[in-house]
Parts: sequence; structure tokens; C-alpha cells
Amino acid sequence: MEQKFITLFKEAIDSENDQISMDTRFRELDEWDSLAALSIIAMLDEEYDIIIDGNKFQKLETLSEILNYISENK
Amino acid sequence: MAFQEIKNVEIKGISACVPQHVEDNRNSKIIGSNEDIEKFIESTAILKRHTVSDSGLCSSDLCVKAAQDLIKELGWSLDEIDVLVFVTQTPDYQLPATSSILQDRLGLSNECFSIQISLGCSGWVYGLSTLSALLSTGSMKKGLLLVGDTVTMTKSPLDKSTYPLFGDAGTATAIEYKEGADGIKFHTGTDGSGYKSIIIEDGGYRNPFSHDSLEVKKRESGIFRNNLQSHLNGTDVFVFGITKAPKSIKALVEKYNISIESIDYLLLHQANKMMNDKIRKKVGVEESKVPYSLSEYGNTSSCSIPLTIVSQLREEVKEKNKKYLACGFGVGLSWGTAYFETENLCCPPISFL
Repeated sequence: MEQKFITLFKEAIDSENDQISMDTRFRELDEWDSLAALSIIAMLDEEYDIIIDGNKFQKLETLSEILNYISENK
Repeated sequence: MAFQEIKNVEIKGISACVPQHVEDNRNSKIIGSNEDIEKFIESTAILKRHTVSDSGLCSSDLCVKAAQDLIKELGWSLDEIDVLVFVTQTPDYQLPATSSILQDRLGLSNECFSIQISLGCSGWVYGLSTLSALLSTGSMKKGLLLVGDTVTMTKSPLDKSTYPLFGDAGTATAIEYKEGADGIKFHTGTDGSGYKSIIIEDGGYRNPFSHDSLEVKKRESGIFRNNLQSHLNGTDVFVFGITKAPKSIKALVEKYNISIESIDYLLLHQANKMMNDKIRKKVGVEESKVPYSLSEYGNTSSCSIPLTIVSQLREEVKEKNKKYLACGFGVGLSWGTAYFETENLCCPPISFL
């Protein structure tokens, strides 16, 4: 589950950074920008059937927190 | 649910006019490095935009040219045009409605019903439904829907989150009463709780214009604007678009048993490539049926659907009968989908002013 999520996350933001883990604070990544945010929102919709609004997404800091959000809202 | 089936009307023609002046995003000073620019172009597909720049052109000027082209090509006489619907969010004046000025400039009769509607990206669909409804009883026979926006005038040139996305345009759509015609089917929706997602805060009567309105403030990195320039929350609008647009299209198709395979074109408001691709996939329509005018014109707000027809489909729609689904979504928040068919659509070439 976690490994799959990391792969999907990296694909969405078009990154090959091996350092990305569940604890990564993704907003601090060099690859992170507003387009990356939209790509992640689109990925959550496509892969997990979850629509997250901007305000809620703003509050998430790490990959773990996104995955928690997915499990809580499934 | 806001479904409508408006019979006895037919779309006879569509035309468009854009400013001559072109801005190329490859020369943008605000998007960032060359790499940032390429990434922006890849995800939005917005390469160039026609903008009024400092020409002084208004939406109405672009619409007058588009309307004159269309009236001439259709061979309509001015005195038989009973209705004028003008959709814009960039009018000539606060008062009066620009629709009145357009009645006079086009030389339409004093007996003409004219009205102005303030909507953006959903504006063409709403204008189409308003005009169709006005004509469908047969009391008034011919109507013009003029849809135009100089949306770049509402954006801060120092706002990288909005300025490189938008272009200006004016369009005209001619509709005629025809007894027994299948007409146009609509689904429309509104969510005003999202009104702050795209907003110009000052200059209305809630926050009247003041000296402070002109102060350019830094909002985020790369986003500088004053309160007379529009704010756009990209994330909220993205989430809104990929949710409401596919739902609206699917709702309309289901309600009226429209076979999605049978349509020739799915016309989406030209927001950006990434968002539109997502909507297309959700609706399940193949790429070849979804035309884009983004690379040449950018997001032209209310004009994007008719401008896409004129700029991308002109040769095809002139010769043949075609079936369309068209969906506009954006500022309001407001959205709408229309299903219609055309028969040898009158479609003069794009004009430039």
C-alpha cells in the first residue's frame, strides 16, 4: 500500500528522487510547485476516487498524512 | 435539477474576433526559468494568447466585428433581429448595460429585446439557454448571442498564477426559431459558496473603489496584484472543474438518452490541458473528438467554446451535420452543459482587430 502510494506520488510529480519516503515533507521538495499540487489532487481522484478540496490539502504535510486522509475518507 | 429541453430553435452560425496583438509565453518574464516555462506550456498547452494590450479595445468592439461578419455571411437583415443577448464580465461601463450600446452600434431595431448577463467560463452555455428560451415560443424569430471578454485586463501582469493563462476574444452565435426543430438540451448548475475562488474584490458596491484598491501587494511568491485585479485560487478551481464538469455532462447524457459515442465533438471550456484531459477521461470520450484552441488563444473565458468551434472546426462544421456536447465551468462558481446539432453551420473565418 505504502510502496504503491510512493510510486504513484513520484509518477504524478514526475520525480525520480529515491529519497522520497512516507515521512517526506513534500512541500519542501525541489520538484514541488502549484502544478505538482494539482497533479497529486488529480492522482488521488484517479487512483483512489477521492476528491480533496484545496483547504484540506493545504493542511497535509507528509506522504503519510495524505495516505491517512485517503484511508479516513474512503 | 436544472435540466431544460428547449425545442423549435436552431444554431445557424458562429463567428469570432480576436485582437491582433499576440503574447508568446516563451517570452514571459514572470513564469520563471526557461525550464519553468516549458513545464508550464507542457501542462497547460497555452503557448500564445491574443490580448488587447494597450489598444483600448473592449469586449464590445470584438463582438461587433464578430457579429457583423456573421450577419453578413448569413444574409440576415438587421431589422429582423429580435433579440440580443450579451454575455460579458468586462463591459464598457458600469452603467448602462453594454447590450444597449451594442443594439445601437449594430444598427438593430428599437424593437429589439436586449439583455446583458454577467457570467464567465459558463457564459456561452447560459447565454445559449437564455436566448433559446426567448426564441422558442416563436414570438421572436431571430436572435444574436454575443459573448466577449477582455479578461487579460482583469489580471495583474505580475501574477504568474493567472496572467500567462488568459487571452481576449469576442464571439457571435446566431439562433433562429424553427418550428419542429429538436432544439437544444441543457443541464446547468451553480455553487455560490465558491464565489471567492475567482474574484475581483474591489470596485463593486461591497468594497467600493478606494485609494487602497490600487496598492499592489505580494500575495504569494510570484503573485503581485492590486484589489482591482482578479484573484484565482487554482487548486479550488481545479478540484471544482474535474468534479462538476464530468458530472454535468454525464447527467445531461443520461437524462436525455444521448449516446456519447454518437457525438462528433466534446467541447470543453478551455481552462488548461491538464484539467481538460482529466475531464475528458472521466467522461470517456476519445481524444480526437475533443478539440483545443488553448495553444493559440489561451483561456478566453466565456468565448472559449465558440472560439474553439471557429478556430478548430470551421471547415468540418460548414460542410456537414454535426452533434456536439459543450460544457462551460468556472467563475461563480457556475457550470453548464449543452447538447445540440448543427446543419451546415455558417462559420466565417476569424477576424482580427
